[in-house]
Amino acid sequence: MDQQSRQTAFRVKGLTKVYDMGEIQVRALRGVDIDLYEGEFVVLLGPSGSGKSTLVNILGGLDSPSEGHVFFRGEDLTLVGDKNLTLYRRNHVGFVFQFYNLIPSLTARENVALVTEISPDPLTPEEALTLVGLGERINHFPAQLSGGEQQRVAIARAVAKRPDVLLCDEPTGALDITTGVVVLDALERVNRELGTLTVVITHNAAIRHLADRVIYFADGRISRIDLNEQRMKPSEVSW
Amino acid sequence: MGSQVIAIGLVMGAGIATFVMSTGLIDSLGETRRLYYEEFRFGDVFVDVKRAPEGLARRLAEIPGVRRVETRVTVGATLDVPGMREPATGLLVSLPEGRQPELNGLYLRAGRLVEPYRENEVVIGDAFAEAQELGPGDRISALISGHRRELEIVGVAISPEFVYAVPPGALFPDNKRFAVMWMGRDALEAAHDMDGAFNDAVLSLMPGASEPDVIEAVDALSRRFGGQGAYGREDHTSDMFLRSELDQLAVMAIVLPVIFLVVASFLLHTVLSRLISLDREEIGTLKALGLTDREVAWHYAKFAAAIAALAAVTGISAGAWFGHAMAGMYAEFYRFPALHYELAPWVLATSLSLAFGIALLGALQAIRRVMRLRPAEAMRPEPQPVYRPLLLERLGVAQALSPAARMILRHLERRWRRSILTCLGIATALGTLIASSFFLDTIDFMLDVQFNRAEREDVALALIEPQSLRALDDIRHMPGVMRAEPYRAVPVKLRLENRTRRLAVLGMRPGGDLHRALDRRQHPVSLPPDGILLSDMLARLLGARPGDVLTVEVLEGRRPVRQVRVTGIAEQYVGTAAYMDMDALNRLILEGPSISGAWLKVDGAAAGTFYDAVKRTPAIAGLSIRAAAISGFNETLAENLIRMTLTNIAFASIIAFGVVYNSARISVSERGRELASMRVLGFTRGEISAILLGELAILVLFALPLGMVIGYGIAAVVVESLQTELFKLPLVLKPATYGWTALVVVGAATVSALVVRRRLDRLDLVAVLKTRE
Ligand SMILES: Nc1ncnc2c1ncn2[C@@H]1O[C@H](COP(=O)(O)OP(=O)(O)OP(=O)(O)O)[C@@H](O)[C@H]1O
Ligand SMILES: [Mg+2]
Repeated sequence: MDQQSRQTAFRVKGLTKVYDMGEIQVRALRGVDIDLYEGEFVVLLGPSGSGKSTLVNILGGLDSPSEGHVFFRGEDLTLVGDKNLTLYRRNHVGFVFQFYNLIPSLTARENVALVTEISPDPLTPEEALTLVGLGERINHFPAQLSGGEQQRVAIARAVAKRPDVLLCDEPTGALDITTGVVVLDALERVNRELGTLTVVITHNAAIRHLADRVIYFADGRISRIDLNEQRMKPSEVSW
Repeated sequence: MGSQVIAIGLVMGAGIATFVMSTGLIDSLGETRRLYYEEFRFGDVFVDVKRAPEGLARRLAEIPGVRRVETRVTVGATLDVPGMREPATGLLVSLPEGRQPELNGLYLRAGRLVEPYRENEVVIGDAFAEAQELGPGDRISALISGHRRELEIVGVAISPEFVYAVPPGALFPDNKRFAVMWMGRDALEAAHDMDGAFNDAVLSLMPGASEPDVIEAVDALSRRFGGQGAYGREDHTSDMFLRSELDQLAVMAIVLPVIFLVVASFLLHTVLSRLISLDREEIGTLKALGLTDREVAWHYAKFAAAIAALAAVTGISAGAWFGHAMAGMYAEFYRFPALHYELAPWVLATSLSLAFGIALLGALQAIRRVMRLRPAEAMRPEPQPVYRPLLLERLGVAQALSPAARMILRHLERRWRRSILTCLGIATALGTLIASSFFLDTIDFMLDVQFNRAEREDVALALIEPQSLRALDDIRHMPGVMRAEPYRAVPVKLRLENRTRRLAVLGMRPGGDLHRALDRRQHPVSLPPDGILLSDMLARLLGARPGDVLTVEVLEGRRPVRQVRVTGIAEQYVGTAAYMDMDALNRLILEGPSISGAWLKVDGAAAGTFYDAVKRTPAIAGLSIRAAAISGFNETLAENLIRMTLTNIAFASIIAFGVVYNSARISVSERGRELASMRVLGFTRGEISAILLGELAILVLFALPLGMVIGYGIAAVVVESLQTELFKLPLVLKPATYGWTALVVVGAATVSALVVRRRLDRLDLVAVLKTRE
């Protein structure tokens, strides 16, 4: 697909993030400029501490930068304030984290329903769970599910609101390869079927084959961007 | 954790404080009483006679077991106090010429005793002196047995027989209108036509003497001289009040501290358990590194010890402070040479052991868990909590609940033991509050019954001697009198089987409107044409039921011994009483129609002239003025009751705050992660607060009715333990009391919940995402 013809979802301009630790200052981001497009699948790679999570958290409205701007569909997220950031997360963003962060007292279905109840145009919990291949286990509590299953519930919960952007920070980090493939399959399917802009942080370089674009991080900056002519399916990748 | 240490420390401290306060007061009051009685030779047996020669005193002294006998002349008087329109009532007690009495000695606060044979000198009681701002050098005019006397005050004193001094027939002190006065024996004999005679004797007993035997012997000897029946300290009004106060304190010294300490121990238990769950991996690591079980356990024991230390320090100092304040309050009612709150070493030692003991108890289970935890097991993270659908859901109801509501309910259900205990803790706070506030309602109710339903007369007028019915006409013709209902009061000894009571039977005219006996529903009971009506407390003391026949030993006039049938029971909260039809009573005592006094309705506008007339009328022994009694009550007891209630509100709020705060903090600690996750998902601060607050709200909601039941229960126990001959306390709790006490608890809960809610604003969303649960 032609990159230029796509609509820009995020426009990131001169983003820096400095953590002030008293004596020392940690510069997590040192000037990041990047555009992310609607519907694309992006993989972020880079050494530990290079700033990937910091960027994604800012994109998701969980954190704010020290300098620079993030525009989401033209709106500057750095200016909207806490209330609107909450609304932004609620209506536009889906998150998937390494630790699934499910609510232990709610069943799979209820974990998803928690989000669908506050979304304007959601999938039903059943639809969302079917999408990640968990149609059977909807009445299980998290403690009764395997790690991979829990992560898929987390993905179902993230996509049930039909988000415009799905942010995943090491979604397979705690999983073995086989389970990881199932989870990545779910992500790939959501991206394909719902056209959700999907950003995946990973340490597993093989995952780059799934992406439209691969963004390499080093030392708080983008060091390189690769375009994939051809996206692979998780099952086609050799792990 | 710091604030939780404070919260628990406060609850425990409140327990220690109530213990230190009440135990210290019991100690101080008891010891002060003992020393005072001993040093000022308070009598053991007391008897009033009509008129007896000194010879009787010698024979009384010969009774085996009697150590000393002091004879006296006591006379009622009407006082004309400068600046006060209504007359005051005086009780004049004779002093031996030129010396202290052998028994019931005087403690002089100011001035001196009466000089021998100075017939115009008096020493007055300090309560009256204070209330009227009188002292040595001041003068007061008295009507004694029909003679007007100008008296000069030479001293101000107190005596062990008037530690709690109330006007005859009253319950609360009326320091402005009731005076105890001591006067030379000679002068009083002369005034009361008692030359060489006495009408009051006080006896002290040898150690080991049998009081009942002595009383029987005294009665036998004094009968001829119009003996009214001897009685011991048990029935001595002043000592009776003092004892009932000590009983009340003893209840307080147990009930409140137990409640507070149990709650504190539960709080400590929950906090330590949570702390240990959080520290689990660290504990494992420390143990793996070679720290012994003891060393690790000591770390947590220190936490408990810190709370105990905090509680001991604040509790003991607050308790001592309250104790001082209370002692000051008591000093207004109970007249002692000095009443100091003393913190006895044993109270201190007990408080310390209580604090540390309770802390240990609360920490025990948690510490045992730490000791049992094996390193390998501990270093693994705690398994994910297993939830189940709610009981309600499994039963098929509650399908429509939102996920958030399910989160709340399942969490409560999974931690059901803690939920129940927390609920109980909040309920206890409410219960404590209700149980310590019901007094206001009860007293209110008693006052209403007493003054608006039973004794509705403006003034009760007592004559010095019973008089013929003509006296009633004279009373009716006094200025301002709108209505007068006569009464006849006859001192008797009632006997059923081996149980006896001394009191005055009250003869009334049937259909009277001013002074009435009431039934259970506070409706007037109609007087039987003959037969006797007993107040319920009297019936209980005599073991009498309607239909029983009592033996009545009349203690005045011709002193006949008669039989009378009990025809009914009247409900009465204050004191004991027996009622008869006035004519039937006069027949019973074998006398013609006569009256002892009258109950009056007095025109408010003419009250002044009425009082002036009373002051001029020698035949009148005294007045009890209803408005004065009510205002006397309001000025003294009511104020203190309110002060006590405010203190109790503070204490109960501490429990409510402590329990709710603690519960909320633990909730935040347990659910911080979920709540942060929800924030990430786009829930607002308000929405996640609702989950935390919803959980607390449910606990409080269940706690309210439970607390009301607990409060009623505690109040019932307290009331039962405070039943005396003086008061038959009804258990009255007005809906408004349930209402405002519940509001106080809800308020304390809300404040603590809001304090904790502010923590939610500081949840670090990003940090939560980086860690495993
Ligand atoms: N809250 C914080 N306080 C201080 N420094 C922080 C904080 N969060 C991140 N950092 C620092 O910022 C830098 C970038 O962190 P970031 O989490 O973005 O890295 P990352 O690329 O996601 O690494 P990883 O692959 O290990 O997750 C790191 O050096 C990190 O130590
Ligand atoms: Mg990271």
